[in-house]
Amino acid sequence: MNYFPDEVLEHIFDFVTSQRDRNSVSQVCKPWYKIESSSRQKVFVGNCYAISPERVIERFPGLKSITLKGKPHFADFNLVPPDWGGFVYPWIEAFARNNMGLEELKLKRMIISDECLELISRSFANFKSLVLVSCEGFSTDGLAAIASNCSFLRELDLQENDVEDHRGHWLSCFPDTCTSLVSLNFACLKGDVNLAALERLVARSPNLRSLRLNHAVPLDILQKILMRAPHLVDLGVGSYVHDPDSETYNKLVTALQKCKSVRSLSGFLEAAPQCLSAFHLICPNLTSLNLSYAPGIHGTELRKLIRHCRKLQRLWILDCIGDEGLEVVASSCKDLQEIRVFPSDPFVGNAAVTEVGLVALSSGCPKLHSILYFCQQMTNAALITVAKNRPNFTRFRLCILDPTKPDAVTNQPLDEGFGAIVHSCKGLRRLSMSGRLTDRVFLYIGMYAEQLEMISIAFAGDTDEGMQYLLNGCKKLRKLEIRDCPLAMQRF
Amino acid sequence: MEFERDLHLDATELRLGLPGTATKQSSEKQKPNSNLAKSNKRSLPDMNEESAGSSRENSRTVSSNDKKSHDQETAPPIKAQVVGWPPIRSYRKNCLQAKKLEAEAAGLYVKVSMDGAPYLRKIDLKVYKGYPELLKALEEMFKFKAGKYSEREGYNGSKHVPTYEDKDGDWMLVGDVPWDMFISSCKRLRIMKESEARGLGCAV
Repeated sequence: MNYFPDEVLEHIFDFVTSQRDRNSVSQVCKPWYKIESSSRQKVFVGNCYAISPERVIERFPGLKSITLKGKPHFADFNLVPPDWGGFVYPWIEAFARNNMGLEELKLKRMIISDECLELISRSFANFKSLVLVSCEGFSTDGLAAIASNCSFLRELDLQENDVEDHRGHWLSCFPDTCTSLVSLNFACLKGDVNLAALERLVARSPNLRSLRLNHAVPLDILQKILMRAPHLVDLGVGSYVHDPDSETYNKLVTALQKCKSVRSLSGFLEAAPQCLSAFHLICPNLTSLNLSYAPGIHGTELRKLIRHCRKLQRLWILDCIGDEGLEVVASSCKDLQEIRVFPSDPFVGNAAVTEVGLVALSSGCPKLHSILYFCQQMTNAALITVAKNRPNFTRFRLCILDPTKPDAVTNQPLDEGFGAIVHSCKGLRRLSMSGRLTDRVFLYIGMYAEQLEMISIAFAGDTDEGMQYLLNGCKKLRKLEIRDCPLAMQRF
Repeated sequence: MEFERDLHLDATELRLGLPGTATKQSSEKQKPNSNLAKSNKRSLPDMNEESAGSSRENSRTVSSNDKKSHDQETAPPIKAQVVGWPPIRSYRKNCLQAKKLEAEAAGLYVKVSMDGAPYLRKIDLKVYKGYPELLKALEEMFKFKAGKYSEREGYNGSKHVPTYEDKDGDWMLVGDVPWDMFISSCKRLRIMKESEARGLGCAV
């Protein structure tokens, strides 16, 4: 391969897109390293302190898109001090200083200030995409800067960020000449938005395919927006509270009839459950449904909705769906691949689902391979049944609200149950456990979980033998999260 | 363990805080976010000692997260809330808490009038779980009997009929629609005399 000119190698490398593969390519030999590094456009940095921005710039001068992760996963659960770090400013400042042609920026668990957003908006002429997940440190003023200055903005995606809302008219800051928007997600903003500006923005964005509204967007505006954007593929409904007989509702039904492309639905941030029948029109085509921020939707209305979602692949829901509701999911959603059941009332500690719902899902959904399940209780028998039913799990995350609760029937630790899971699910890559667990479960994991890459443990194990089993056995382990485990750490 | 204290393992422990930022106890206090209740007081003696002993040992996590010691108290009736449990994102937790507080604080006060009574009353509909409770409260408040409800005949065997004004301004019979729907559409209540209630489906 060394006899090929560089341009040919570069062209071949263009087809290698995953970061892992490109890393492998770059390690073959020095010429390949040089060519791969100079041509790589998309860079992923899993820990923003693992490498300096200068080093990244030096190695990848052609960088156009970067993903940066800051705080560790446990930061989500208040287990990391608030001043830990994860500031993105040094990166942006370095990119700006070196005239990088940055086009896409994706941040997770980082701190980004309004000044930084302003700097981004002014430094990169072709900036197209900003995705912020679980970030903080900025306000709607920073968003206004992005809207004002990024003439070719395609994507502004804000997921679960803590944004200081100055109720500014950031939406009005998009100039009339901005017609390039493909994706706009501001569901996490707490304040009001300029509704007229929103309507105008949607009207002049013919490429808009993904739109997620916040709670301040009422039903009548939603209906108008849908009339202007019938080609939406991903819709996040804001507020859904209204009277079922009203004219607005009828207009909504008309608008939804035209939306034949919607495949993903979320939101319903304020919802009155009785008028969901309008959405039965689009349910049959849905592949993704996220009602995990809609506690107002439950009971018979929720079950009716689910029964229409025959093609669903991904479902995020609150536990108020109950075991009964999960049985409806199991019987209706045969294409289901991923499900997440979140607690609707974590403070009280009473989850509305139990092992019954989990077993129903494992038996009814043959393609299910990824699950996050917050529940009231679990039993070894149920886990053993689940393992038998569903050996294709790749991600299995179980969270019992009472973290050291044993088997609800036998009062035994849940070692055997999780042991069955790792034994049966040969492709398991990610595992989170809870409930009463001894060293024994780690013995099983070490023995059977050969593909395991990430494990999260809390309140588990008795001695350091458990940790030994785990670390000696799981050769592919990359990420280990432990909290409150009685394991003497001397071995570390 | 005694010898561990002598070895001053604390000084060498891997943690996230700046060097010299205190012990586990004070680092807990530093955290403004831990607004969770921690009852150090009344715990089952055996559980507490076990967990206190072990928690001194395991203050490190491999992915360098600062571990917060806590009481592994899960015995009823005190359910100590553990830091960072259940493991859901703060954003989600804050949303749910805000919604809960909003719902609890809001209340749904509606005026209640009774034909012939000199003044009106106000009740919080949120307080009641269903129609039976509401009717009982109304009966006690205004000293009347509503009679038995049936879908076909309305309220049977009573001189008074509970009605309500809905969002459209129409006067409806209490009890026809599901409770949740009633709560969200009821603007005010009126206890009608049966002579006026003709046409609302009441058997006289």
